[in-house]
Amino acid sequence: MEYPAEYRYTREHEWVKIDGEAAVVGITHHAQDQLGDVVFVELPEVGSKLQAEGQFGAVESVKAVSDIYAPISGDVTEVNSSLIDAPEKINDDPHGEGWLVTMTIFDRNEIQALMTAGQYADYVAAETGG
Amino acid sequence: MHREAGARMVGFGGWDMPVYYAGIVAEHKAVRSGVGLFDVSHMGEIEIRGPQSVDLIDSLCSNRAASLLNGQVQYSGLLNRQGGFVDDLLVHRISPDHYLLCVNAANQEGDFAWIRDNNEFEAELDFASERYAQLAIQGPSALAVASRLTDVDLAGMRYYWFAHGDFAGVPAMVARTGYTGEDGFEVYIPPAAAEHAWLAILRAGSGESIRPCGLGARNTLRLEAAMSLYGHEIDAEVTPYEAGLGWIVKLAKPAFLGREVLARQEAEGVDRRIVGFEMRGRGIARDGYRVLVDGQAAGRVTSASPAPHLGRNIGLCMLPVEFCSAGRSIDIEIRGRAVAAQIVRLPFYRRKRS
Repeated sequence: MEYPAEYRYTREHEWVKIDGEAAVVGITHHAQDQLGDVVFVELPEVGSKLQAEGQFGAVESVKAVSDIYAPISGDVTEVNSSLIDAPEKINDDPHGEGWLVTMTIFDRNEIQALMTAGQYADYVAAETGG
Repeated sequence: MHREAGARMVGFGGWDMPVYYAGIVAEHKAVRSGVGLFDVSHMGEIEIRGPQSVDLIDSLCSNRAASLLNGQVQYSGLLNRQGGFVDDLLVHRISPDHYLLCVNAANQEGDFAWIRDNNEFEAELDFASERYAQLAIQGPSALAVASRLTDVDLAGMRYYWFAHGDFAGVPAMVARTGYTGEDGFEVYIPPAAAEHAWLAILRAGSGESIRPCGLGARNTLRLEAAMSLYGHEIDAEVTPYEAGLGWIVKLAKPAFLGREVLARQEAEGVDRRIVGFEMRGRGIARDGYRVLVDGQAAGRVTSASPAPHLGRNIGLCMLPVEFCSAGRSIDIEIRGRAVAAQIVRLPFYRRKRS
């Protein structure tokens, strides 16, 4: 799996993409692969204030619950409500249709501090021993 | 071998076990509608030989082994003096002076020590786990698939009976038992032959699209069927009556460990018991979550998960009996929020018998 070069990545396996003045957030291919079939997603309300590294929701598979953490600080401007009926989008297209929220960007430096695609791929390889 | 089939492995009781291959949902559905194959070689085996084997078993277990015939299997509880479970197990009567107990992997050493230390009979114990691998073929198509590999008359074998015979060219004990709520067989074979038998079963079931299944599906299948799991619904503190397993208690037989407590519970009733619930609000209950009744903490979830076949979020929990009536509204505390659920009758799923 290719990790999009224009995204940045966290140690908790979220990605963030800058889209104009906003940021889009999701979980990575590796995260959904570890979880297995995603069956439930819990997302914050629009307007919620997220703090970088703060928990803001959960993604659940049949077997496991995975808390999701904000890659950066900002306010939630949109949530992917299509995931309520179709959480499997997270498995099928984690870096695209399976996005979780869009948010404002409080401080662009927080994004620059995250891992690049190459760094993240190395991080995953080291974590899985592969 | 399992990794070659795409398995995700996890450490379990000293074993490296597959959690899933293709995915828990697909595996679960395959077992409900077709057939799945599980490697359950982690399960423990203890053999008991000697003229008083049955007396030893009946002195320590809640069910009545003396009522078994040759080739018959019985679900039972190995109990402590308080009537709690040392383990739950399957008792196989091979002959009047030879029994095989199939026990939980994590408890096998403790079970063996418990039986040995309480053995006042002419019965010899044999820790046999290293001599057996175990493969479970489960699902409505299990009979068709397994029959291709053996001369044992599987179609004529009733549920909870077993026979010895050749299976995929290997000497085996084949039992019509399982932990999925479906028809199926558990095949006990020498470990050296396990890989050969595994591949032979997959080949024999290719026409039925047999799926290798992991521990994840094993858990969701047994939960839908409301079968107990040691360390969850049952443990050393929980009695069969509290677990809803009163049918494995035979108070009429001679004395057995834990009988006094059980006789009192039978007469007076229990204070708490395991009940099933379904989520009504949006959320998935998980093992260990708090159960709220009228806003107050009343118990814990013992096992819970999405139920792939039923398409609902289900669970088992231990509650004071006054809250246990079917239909009662409860809440499950999920990440700090109370989410609505309702107590329902068990099992969640029961197969249609042909």
